[in-house]
Amino acid sequence: MARHYRWLAVITLLVAFCVWVSLPGTTGLDWDGDGEMNLVVEQKLGLDLVGGVRVLLEAQLPPGSFTPEDLQRAADNVNKRVNGLGLTEATVQVQGDRRILVELPGVTNKKQAVDTIKATALLEFVDFAGIPGVDNLEDVRILTNEQDKLLKARGEQAPSDLQRRPDNGQPFTTVLTGADLESASAQFDPQSQDFFISVQLNDSAAATFSGFTGARVGQPMAIVLDSTVLSAPVIQSQLGSEFIIQGNFTQDEANSLALQLRSGALPIPLREEAASDVGATLGQESVNLSVRAGILGVLVVLTFMVLYYRVPGTAAALALIVFALLNFAAYKLIPVTLTLPAITGFLISIGTAVDGNILIFERMKEELRAGKPLGMALDLGFNRAWGSIRDSNISTIIICVVLFFFGQTPGASVVSGFAITLILGLVINLFTAVIVTRTFLYILASWLQKPLSEKKWLLGA
Amino acid sequence: MFNLVEKRRWFFIISAFLIIPGVVAMIYSTATTGAPFRLSIDFVGGSIYDLAFAQPGITEGDIRDAFAEYDDRSLTVQRLTLDDGSERWSVRGSFLEQEQRDAIFDNLNEISPLDRERTQVESVSETIGSEVARAAFFAVLAASFIVSFFIIIAFRTVPNALRYGMSAIAAMVHDVLVVMGLASIMGLFFGWEVDALFLTAVLTVLAYSVQDSIVLFDRIRENIPQYLGEPYETIVNRSIWETIHRSLATQLNAFFIMAAILLFGGETIKQFIAILFIGLVSGTYSSIFTAVPLLVAWEKGELPFMSRIGAMLPAPRPTEDNGI
Repeated sequence: MARHYRWLAVITLLVAFCVWVSLPGTTGLDWDGDGEMNLVVEQKLGLDLVGGVRVLLEAQLPPGSFTPEDLQRAADNVNKRVNGLGLTEATVQVQGDRRILVELPGVTNKKQAVDTIKATALLEFVDFAGIPGVDNLEDVRILTNEQDKLLKARGEQAPSDLQRRPDNGQPFTTVLTGADLESASAQFDPQSQDFFISVQLNDSAAATFSGFTGARVGQPMAIVLDSTVLSAPVIQSQLGSEFIIQGNFTQDEANSLALQLRSGALPIPLREEAASDVGATLGQESVNLSVRAGILGVLVVLTFMVLYYRVPGTAAALALIVFALLNFAAYKLIPVTLTLPAITGFLISIGTAVDGNILIFERMKEELRAGKPLGMALDLGFNRAWGSIRDSNISTIIICVVLFFFGQTPGASVVSGFAITLILGLVINLFTAVIVTRTFLYILASWLQKPLSEKKWLLGA
Repeated sequence: MFNLVEKRRWFFIISAFLIIPGVVAMIYSTATTGAPFRLSIDFVGGSIYDLAFAQPGITEGDIRDAFAEYDDRSLTVQRLTLDDGSERWSVRGSFLEQEQRDAIFDNLNEISPLDRERTQVESVSETIGSEVARAAFFAVLAASFIVSFFIIIAFRTVPNALRYGMSAIAAMVHDVLVVMGLASIMGLFFGWEVDALFLTAVLTVLAYSVQDSIVLFDRIRENIPQYLGEPYETIVNRSIWETIHRSLATQLNAFFIMAAILLFGGETIKQFIAILFIGLVSGTYSSIFTAVPLLVAWEKGELPFMSRIGAMLPAPRPTEDNGI
């Protein structure tokens, strides 16, 4: 009996810890007092519950024409842009050898966010001096020697819609690229009511640039973004390290462009391959509905167990509450991102959790019917059902592992949420269905020894 | 104790009736559309728009107009009838990038104010779709192999372990065919689509089917040495009746939980739950009425081609029913 009370103490401590972790206000534990959490406790919610955007971006280049480092650099730049937009909850991760997955939970301006992230943002200052027929090239896509170099490096032909120099058919000459920028910021000119970008060059580029502009005062110079000519102003005077770029920008455009220039051009052009866009209210409605479904489902199961199995059922119901608490705590500690399929996985695991108890109790009733005394029937019930519980749980765990790997395929990520919560539920169940229920049941049985041996209906038999 | 095992021929016929319509539907569907089910965008690519409007009044024609400029593929436009009286439409079209989707939203907004916060879009390119389809195929294959292997390992100490393994696998195939057939039939008649979550449901059904068979076989394994003089059929029958309380109680609990999800869950989850529930019921049915009768039929040498394997094993025990 002492063994059961020892377990009760362990379970009580565990439950107290899990309750603390599960409380909505708990954010973590800082035991060395350095202001940084040693134990971070946070419930992550998926896009389908909080709303937001997820985009899967794919390199728009043939395989082999870029290195994994290029892809990582692209992802880092995307990450800088995401941070620049102030989206702190966002995640950016490289998937496989040619994809980047971006998740922006809670984002409100989805269009701006996705546009900002996706654009290559290769900024170039292009020499238009002395070339006839360049005054009407604004908003036209042109080929520069910088792009030509990039295209050749990838083994691609220049797209035919890019204009070349009208005089000799050669690519235009790039003087500087965005990589030489020290900083860039969006600013507003109250007089013209226009947004513009203020840029600062690094020292070596500033020297090149002032030499170049000094020699070409009175001549045009094009500012080109991703092959498109933004503007081709005439150089009024020699320029230093700081100047502005105008281009009839809206506020969002100016902010995005400044951010893109700060974070650098993407070494690989990216294209959208899959996207998911969920409204925030819709997410909140899903949370409310699934919480209601969860509570209702669990309450009915608890009631059934208590009514049908009486005293053992009460032990199982208590164990089920422990089971739920352990799961909730695990979600916050691991952490597991909760999505609708993940919540469904948890609810399904409740079904398995009670199945373990049902196996044990049915066995116990059989032993009682066969005339075994109470204590022996309890022992036999637990011992004989264990093999079935273990084997049947293992087969489901195997399937969950397969599902988890299937969920790693981009486009099937909803599946991994289901697999993770179900697998957690099954593993935790191996502990609660056997040890927790057993502890509760033996202790209840020792308290109610007399009534139980006289009134068999209390055991559901 | 009613002898369930004796009626095994009837159960095989019932199973056939459960499976054949689904298989026919899958063959018909494959012949007409190239796939056994109606495949969702998860597997073939495309976009699904779940549009919510702030007020009623928009027509299907309006929606088609708003899409016309960007989506040349034939659109499926469907009005959703919901209890809360909100104006919601579901549109399925081809894969589009953010700019084009936003342009469509702008078009819609001009016709009738769109409730962006309650609108949802999923968009998947064909490349991703075909990758998911391939991964799904391998997932089913891997799951079936590993689980089959596990069953044979789990029953390795029982005489004729292979029979138990094969019978459990047959029950598993039975259940998977039932839910796949159901999905195919529902697809033909009610437009249900098969998505990544459906595959999850199928694999979960597979897991639970095995779980049911294992519980039952465990009991048979335990009862054989206890009732040594009894015919195999009687022992098996006894085992079914001994575990049937558990099966029903577990089934009932699963039903409670799924009913709760069906009551409150979203549209996508509802089909998933419906498939899962039918699968679980089939799993319990098949362990009692497919796996075990197969085991007995095999034992008695009734299975074609299998009799030779049976002949190498100890002679069948006398089959007279001793009235239990």
